[in-house]
Amino acid sequence: MSEIFGVPIAALFGQLVLGLVNGCFYAMLSLGLAIIFGMLNIINFAHGAFYMMGAVFTWFLLNTWNIGWWWSLLLAPLAVGIFGIFVERVFLKRLYKVDPLYGLLLTFGLALVIEGLFRYKYGVSGLPYGIPEVFQGALNLGFMFLPKYRGIVVLATLVVCFTTWFVIERTQLGAYLRAGTENPPLVQAFGINVPVMITLTYAIGVALAGLAGVLAAPTLQVSPLMGSNLIIVVFAVVVIGGMGSILGSILTGLGLGLIEGLTKVFYSQASNTVVFMIMALVLLVRPAGLFGREK
Amino acid sequence: MKRTVICGLAAAALLLAATSVWAQAKGKISGGVVKIGVLDDMSGLYSDIGGQGDVVAAQMAVDEMGGKVLGAPIQVVSADHQNKPDVGAQKAREWFDGDVDIIVGTVNSGVSIAVSKVANEKHRLFINSGAGSTRLTNEDCNPYTIHYEYDTYSTGTTTAKPIVASGGKTWFFLTADYAFGKSLQADTSKFVEAAGGKVLGSVLHPLSASDFSSFLLQAQASGAQVIGLANAGGDTINSVKAASEFGITKKQKLAALLIFISDVHSLGLNAAQGLYAATGFYWDHDNDTRKWSKAFAAKMGGKMPTMVNAGTYSSTLHYLKAIQAAGTDDPDAVVKKLKEMTLNDATVKGGKIRADGRMVHEFYLYQVKSPSESKGPWDYYKLVSTIPGDQAFQPLSLSRCPLIKK
Repeated sequence: MSEIFGVPIAALFGQLVLGLVNGCFYAMLSLGLAIIFGMLNIINFAHGAFYMMGAVFTWFLLNTWNIGWWWSLLLAPLAVGIFGIFVERVFLKRLYKVDPLYGLLLTFGLALVIEGLFRYKYGVSGLPYGIPEVFQGALNLGFMFLPKYRGIVVLATLVVCFTTWFVIERTQLGAYLRAGTENPPLVQAFGINVPVMITLTYAIGVALAGLAGVLAAPTLQVSPLMGSNLIIVVFAVVVIGGMGSILGSILTGLGLGLIEGLTKVFYSQASNTVVFMIMALVLLVRPAGLFGREK
Repeated sequence: MKRTVICGLAAAALLLAATSVWAQAKGKISGGVVKIGVLDDMSGLYSDIGGQGDVVAAQMAVDEMGGKVLGAPIQVVSADHQNKPDVGAQKAREWFDGDVDIIVGTVNSGVSIAVSKVANEKHRLFINSGAGSTRLTNEDCNPYTIHYEYDTYSTGTTTAKPIVASGGKTWFFLTADYAFGKSLQADTSKFVEAAGGKVLGSVLHPLSASDFSSFLLQAQASGAQVIGLANAGGDTINSVKAASEFGITKKQKLAALLIFISDVHSLGLNAAQGLYAATGFYWDHDNDTRKWSKAFAAKMGGKMPTMVNAGTYSSTLHYLKAIQAAGTDDPDAVVKKLKEMTLNDATVKGGKIRADGRMVHEFYLYQVKSPSESKGPWDYYKLVSTIPGDQAFQPLSLSRCPLIKK
């Protein structure tokens, strides 16, 4: 048996691996969104813009100061995180007491402004960014050639996702965080500085988006539009996984990448809608998402 | 609420009736001003191909005419169609119902076909230099639509010719899933098959897909010698990038059936070198193109013009010259004049507009230089061959346009 529904198994495996790579980007972006929503109750529509900033900053570092990809892994998320702190301190902290819809509108507007500024500066065609030299070339997996770099993306994502999940769900710090969002006055009474913790949470959430941007720079086109192309799918991922569920967003991100990969083999025209069909189905059956809890 | 709406509509209708009567009474130039509308993708994935560059190009043509034609001032207005046919058609309707005389530029075939229908209905001119689909001068042709600069037939066949001649007989297409991509695939397939080649298959991808690796993997699995990229702009860039990453270019040849200089600029020569680029205009072609392009670049922050920008300039300029020659801006008289004229300017040599609305002119096949061949920024192409207009474009004998009597 070397074919399934007329598609050679080797080709099918190849597509699944690629789906997994794309799923990694979904996972890492939706993870940031889930953290921010879970802890701050803000629907961060500017997430795509932060992802784009990460990628453009990576390009900028290389072309202005000749700083390579490795340092960018650290510097770009840092820069995006600092910008996140600014956004949280100046805008978002005023919105915690009102309906989450306001946060959504604000971040959406912010995304449009950021994207517009970058488009004005850099145009839409995209900026060239090469693959780091150590990762050039491909691995022969038997059924396909997987570019080394894409393999690295999968590994990096798994490490980042696991670490984030571990910190929030299994450490003292994570416990403070979760408690701080549940009942801020009480936690503050224990001597923990809740506002600072919330600011840092937002910064880390958007830094994750920046990191995803650095990882994306060598494989995708670095352009001001790259965030908006992706963000709608990522939101669908978060909704399917269950708003605010960290594990849910990781697993759903990877899973949907796989499903999308399969769709591209069997009916490629539907590859950009399949995620939304699944979202509609999930919402019908489990309105809180696959991993979400009804509140 | 309902009453105010009705009142408003009635007032608007009266106003429109009044302005059109006034316009007719005014004589040679309707409304006393020639208004040129640049309707383009101003912010999306094609905005570096057309976009603001088209506005600048149209303005350059206006400036060349001294800002006036037959004593009436010329004005350039612009709008963003957001790559949505309904938005484009709506804007065109609004403009044509107002005092805009002509729409130029307009990348995106889906939008352009919609706009050309409005132009036909309103009896106003639409000179398109941004869209690729040959439907504009075939199934959807009309007397008020002129297709300038290039189309999917000219770029597709010009690119395919040297590849088929050097032994690339089996093809697989990566096609953008809308009017343009399908037209590009169809025109190129016909050529490949006529030349004795074979098309093994194709895969349709959504417009501005973010990842092309899985489509390329399918192309790779097909075993075809040549992978034809029937897409444009960001989609082409991402396809080429992924192809080199997956090592596909080692065994199979990539044919970008429509590639703009802005795409090459974005890809960088490392990834783009060796690709063929069929174009109606390249800035470094001769002294005229260099001079014009440098003036353009000075207004665009150093960015060199695409062939769409050049086409927008040239079409605007000749539209204004045709008004001058006809002594009126009456659309029917201007179209008649345009189709009689021979088009010559800094960017076009010996162009002619045929009865089906197709503008034919000299076309060029370039190849992208390697990084060592390039002398500096924007020095990207070397000339391979020059194709006379009557060979570059679809011959009238194959036309499916109802305006052509056979």
